Amino acid sequence: MAAETETIPFEETELDVRARSYAHHGIVFAALAVLLLAAPFLVYPVFAMKVLCFALFASAFNLLLGYGGLLSFGHAAFFGMASYVSAYAAKSWGLTPELSILLGTAVAVLLGTLIGAISIRRQGIYFAMVTLAFAQMVYFFALQARFTGGEDGIQAVPRGWLFGVIHLGDDRTLYYIVALVFFVGLLIIHRVIHSPFGQIMKAIRENEPRAISLGYEANRYKLIVFMLSAGLSGLAGAVKAIVFQLASLTDVHWTMSGEVVLMTLIGGMGTVFGPMVGAAVVVTMQNYLAAFGAWVTIIQGVIFVACVLLFREGIVGLLARLLRRPL
Amino acid sequence: MHAKNLILAAAAAMLLSGTALAQGIDVKIGVLNDRSGVYADLSGEGSVVAARMAVEDFKAADKGINVTIVSADHQNKPDIASSIARRWIDQDGVDVIVDVPTSSAALAVNEVVREKNKVFLNSGAAASDLTGAKCSPNLVHWTYDTWALAHGTGQAMVERGGDTWFFVTADYAFGHALERDTAAVVEAAGGKVLGSVKHPFPGQDFSSFLLQAQASGAKVIGLANAGGDTINSIKQASEFGITQGGQALAGLLIFLTDVHALGLQTAQGLVLTEAFYWDLNDQTRAWSKRFAEAHDGDMPTMVQAGVYASVLHYLKAVEAAKTDEAPAVMAKMKEMPTEDPLFGKGQVRQDGRHIHDMYLFQVKKPEESKGPWDYYTLLATIPADKAFRPLNEGGCPLVKQ
Repeated sequence: MAAETETIPFEETELDVRARSYAHHGIVFAALAVLLLAAPFLVYPVFAMKVLCFALFASAFNLLLGYGGLLSFGHAAFFGMASYVSAYAAKSWGLTPELSILLGTAVAVLLGTLIGAISIRRQGIYFAMVTLAFAQMVYFFALQARFTGGEDGIQAVPRGWLFGVIHLGDDRTLYYIVALVFFVGLLIIHRVIHSPFGQIMKAIRENEPRAISLGYEANRYKLIVFMLSAGLSGLAGAVKAIVFQLASLTDVHWTMSGEVVLMTLIGGMGTVFGPMVGAAVVVTMQNYLAAFGAWVTIIQGVIFVACVLLFREGIVGLLARLLRRPL
Repeated sequence: MHAKNLILAAAAAMLLSGTALAQGIDVKIGVLNDRSGVYADLSGEGSVVAARMAVEDFKAADKGINVTIVSADHQNKPDIASSIARRWIDQDGVDVIVDVPTSSAALAVNEVVREKNKVFLNSGAAASDLTGAKCSPNLVHWTYDTWALAHGTGQAMVERGGDTWFFVTADYAFGHALERDTAAVVEAAGGKVLGSVKHPFPGQDFSSFLLQAQASGAKVIGLANAGGDTINSIKQASEFGITQGGQALAGLLIFLTDVHALGLQTAQGLVLTEAFYWDLNDQTRAWSKRFAEAHDGDMPTMVQAGVYASVLHYLKAVEAAKTDEAPAVMAKMKEMPTEDPLFGKGQVRQDGRHIHDMYLFQVKKPEESKGPWDYYTLLATIPADKAFRPLNEGGCPLVKQ
């Protein structure tokens, strides 16, 4: 009877994990930096940028799901709204790319604060449904509002000049900017997870009443992590708008919220490096299997089913178990 | 001996270089469309079949043009469409992108092709902006657009006595624009718009909107929506017996494969505008029979026919220009009149719009149909010079030059 209550995912205590985590994470980050530097010579830069945008989006989502224990079904709202705002700012107001991206991110944070403050009052499936409802509202706003261009989206967004001096028309130049944004974003997420704030977040995830009884204001922590996640998702969406020079309903549609869940689960929920692997897998499938037509969605479904049946902790989760190291 | 050898060698070299010149043009065609979603039937694999037929009929190999065809699924998402287009052009050496249904995807690809200076032959998308405010020197928009559909249906219906209209409109920018454009045509032709009702997008239950339309007493009910909304409204209209009650249902964006999927029992009496129908004349019947043999017995839609005709015209232009460089080929495409078995004679206008006749059809009753795919009765032919938006009204910057 008592043995059945042993369902806590980590067998080691968090303290053990923390003591060891930085050493090998440093190696992974260094390897990642090398890979990011080399990537445009190995794969098509625009494709690499797409992977990085989604990797950042999935990592931001994972911050909320994997570490905050909050399953949001409405993250497309932040991703999509930020991409609309940054596309509009760059195209209609002629702002420089960095300002457009910052503006998009700021809007996502605002939206995250608003939606987060209301939805964290509920838990579990109710939380997921409230976020989904808000995301649908944002979707219909994007569909109807004049500035979003309806179902045509905002097209032909100029890539412009970064800080007014670096021309981003060249794919490789833009790639390194995107890679830098992604890397910094990932470092921020890593730092948040391994900070005292992150520890409390995980405590709330594991046992909220207990965290409250210890004197933590659980709702304040949840709101902050929601805002962080929304902001970083917005950052990813805003960058994507500049990379692809368009913002469209796809980015704000509920299927995008579903896709990011898929990426996170395939890669490994609650691992720092899992979501980016998941994003790479999903985006690669969408891009390189496009020639198979109707088979894309079927193959994607089969892979997801296989993933859930064979290694529920995701690719990186499985790796982490084999290496006995948290990744 | 020595001199003879030299002459032989020189002759051989000349011959070789001669053939090398003639065979020097490699053309890569990328068919980019929906292969898994709502538009897979009306474009999809059928468009690839049509492109292949165009290459065969042109006898490209005999004329020293090596053509390869690649295809991909853009899933109706503009970001996927634009990234495939970029990859095709940057990495795979694609010269011309074909088809691309869904307006948002087509507008995205249009910008990529303009930036990379290649050729874009659009057949599947409806947006009249492609040859209007967003026109590009690298685009030919072959088959149809919203202007042609709205005008074709609106004008011809009023001329045939359908002079009072009621609109059932999808409540977003596309639906509003379609209603506004069609209403303007109806009023200009002497008709009257009795009212309209907006339904949420996407909608499931259209009964209250259709009942309002029925109660209005209008002779024509215009469906200013698309895709699943149109299908659902037609199905529910048939349940209310609207067309049997004497009102005509006018679909503004509906294709042969939609009628096929709905069945004649449901779709009967529907009035629609198309650019092509397989049963128009001997040439279209012969071509469509070949198409059906290569495509599991399915008859071609106007989008697939447009892919065939535009690829054929493109290859003729490549032959005439003796290069696959976009500016030269585009100049030839606009300079040479078009001629093919499906659309007859026509031309590509300065703004990239291809001009040809459009047709107003009515869907047959089940007892009138003589067999599979025998769906339409021709009501009227809209002559080429009236079928499309006049050159100076689109706001295309290319026209002013």
